[in-house]
Amino acid sequence: MAGAGAGHKEYGKRPWTFYALAAFFTLFVLFLYGPMSAIYILSFQGPTGGLTFPMQGASLHWFTALFEQQRTGDFAGAFTRSITLALIVLSLTVAFSVLAGLGFRRRFPGASLVFYLAVASLIMPGILVGLGVGLTFQLFEVQTRWYLSALGAQLTWTLPFGLLIMFAVLSRFNRAYEEAGRDLGASNWQIFWMVVVPIVVPGIIGVALFGFTLSYDEFPRSLLTAGAQNTLPMEIWAMTTNVTSPALYALGTVTTLVSFVVIALALGSIALIQRRRAQRVLPVEQKAAGSQA
Amino acid sequence: MEPGKKNATARGSVELANVTKRFADTVAVRNINLKIPAGAYCCLLGPSGCGKTTILRMIAGHEQPTEGAVLIDGQNVVGAPPVARGTAMMFQSYALFPHLSCLDNVAFNLKVRGVGKAERHERAADMLSRVHMRTFADRLPAQLSGGQQQRIALARSLITNPRVLLLDEPLSALDEFLRLQMRGELRRIQNEFGISFIHVTHTQMEAIALADMVVVMDQGHIEQAASARDVFDRPRTPYVARFLGGQNVLSGTVTDASAGVVAIDSGGQRILISAPDAAPAVGATFQIAVRRDRVRLQRPTGAALGVNMVSGRVTAIEYQGFFLKITLEEASGEEFVVNQSDSTFFADPLDVGDEVVVQWQPEEVHYLTVGEQTQARLDAPAVARAH
Repeated sequence: MAGAGAGHKEYGKRPWTFYALAAFFTLFVLFLYGPMSAIYILSFQGPTGGLTFPMQGASLHWFTALFEQQRTGDFAGAFTRSITLALIVLSLTVAFSVLAGLGFRRRFPGASLVFYLAVASLIMPGILVGLGVGLTFQLFEVQTRWYLSALGAQLTWTLPFGLLIMFAVLSRFNRAYEEAGRDLGASNWQIFWMVVVPIVVPGIIGVALFGFTLSYDEFPRSLLTAGAQNTLPMEIWAMTTNVTSPALYALGTVTTLVSFVVIALALGSIALIQRRRAQRVLPVEQKAAGSQA
Repeated sequence: MEPGKKNATARGSVELANVTKRFADTVAVRNINLKIPAGAYCCLLGPSGCGKTTILRMIAGHEQPTEGAVLIDGQNVVGAPPVARGTAMMFQSYALFPHLSCLDNVAFNLKVRGVGKAERHERAADMLSRVHMRTFADRLPAQLSGGQQQRIALARSLITNPRVLLLDEPLSALDEFLRLQMRGELRRIQNEFGISFIHVTHTQMEAIALADMVVVMDQGHIEQAASARDVFDRPRTPYVARFLGGQNVLSGTVTDASAGVVAIDSGGQRILISAPDAAPAVGATFQIAVRRDRVRLQRPTGAALGVNMVSGRVTAIEYQGFFLKITLEEASGEEFVVNQSDSTFFADPLDVGDEVVVQWQPEEVHYLTVGEQTQARLDAPAVARAH
């Protein structure tokens, strides 16, 4: 009883483990964001500044230098290619993942085999996939190009990812919705566009987000398949070896910003959809609902 | 196919002819024959897994029978899509489209048929009025209570102008109060639209309160299809008597039958019962039902048990308002339930543990059919639970 009383007195006081874990978490956050923050800060280095601290004033000098081709390589071209490639990957990943996800709900013969074949490429080292694709193109004497061989190599990575996400999304999808649609006279096409897609659209946005960012960031699978023209990650890799100015950091800041914008757009649209669905209630009506029920 | 054109008076007769449904290695429904007249309120009643939902889904066109025919207004509809059948189904989960407002949910059928926005919204709003949900037109389904969602689901089905409305456990998700309210509402709407309702339920009282015709099912076959009063008061088989409740089933082997009395051996206990017109053979199984409220309870007098009497010990007493439910255990271990009016009970209250004798009049003996269905079940070991 006395112990319980003492415990009650100390209620609200945090045990020492709280502080230990808080310190650990602070370290974690520091390691996670510290190096990146250093790069972002250094990208605003003054025109006379170097690759390391201290800052020699602050400017946007290195961001403008980024777009002068002769100094930093073909950054604009690589950026355009990467964005284009990412958008193509996004579209194909969404289209095939959604359809495959719907298809896998029927246990067709060989379904597990097809599934394992599809996801096996997730555990294959990316550089080997790239090497294999590159060799195959060489074998058939086809030029490797970013929009051809690199696209294929990236899809081996994004498609199984998209499929797994769709599995999770569709496992919560009640088939009665489709039956209700059929019962109400909708064709299969109408059921797909008017019932299934609107209900699972937050999941589809998730697949799109993954498809885009996985492609935009992809290095190992692009390295041996992109052909003569670099994608952005390869351009950055090249720059780390031959660019010795803070323009490199400016590039890091810009690409990170693009990723953030894409993620924000995706999450924002999901939030918007959910808000729109939830926000039609008027408080007055709620009371009417209670009395009429 | 516009429903009801050729026969304007009665719409929505449904007939199942020798229908069997197999799933992979199980039989959900075995050789069913059933005729539901046009404009009837029919309840398919049975425990979960008895095949009632499978039958509903075959009528709806969401499942196809493995064998046999489904006829709606005389036409075989096997293979036809739901719309062509003139059926509409109300799903157990209601399956209201979560991304559409109530108005758009109800207007969905009109939309897929290409009806213009203004017209379909007007017609959907009218339909919402008929289920008293007009003021909720702009709401999303998630913002409604269970009872309100059900009204929307009902309106969404009815707007297709069906000949047969199929309801899959429509009241099971509602609380007791709403259930009773919606029960009346369903019956009112069925009368108003003049179409057949086929309603799947596992609740006995719901079925007999609503239905013109009750179809009692067990393990993929029909035990009895008759009026509510018949299945409750004149059950055909021991299963129906037990499932509907309200009846005590006495069963045993005939030891002798003479002078209008059958003596049976029920778990070692000898019971005398008024004999039917055709006296059963010695050694045959003999089963009767006696209603819980048509028996008289007495304290034992010490005399031997006469005809239409059993004895037992009170194991439970439940107060039910108008009556008391008194549960007895017979010497054989069988349970026997007596519903005694409150005035009779409180004149001489019994206690748990009291020894009592139960007696009933010869005309209260209801003879049950033994045999064919029991036999059918023995022949069909593969009949399995569908859900």
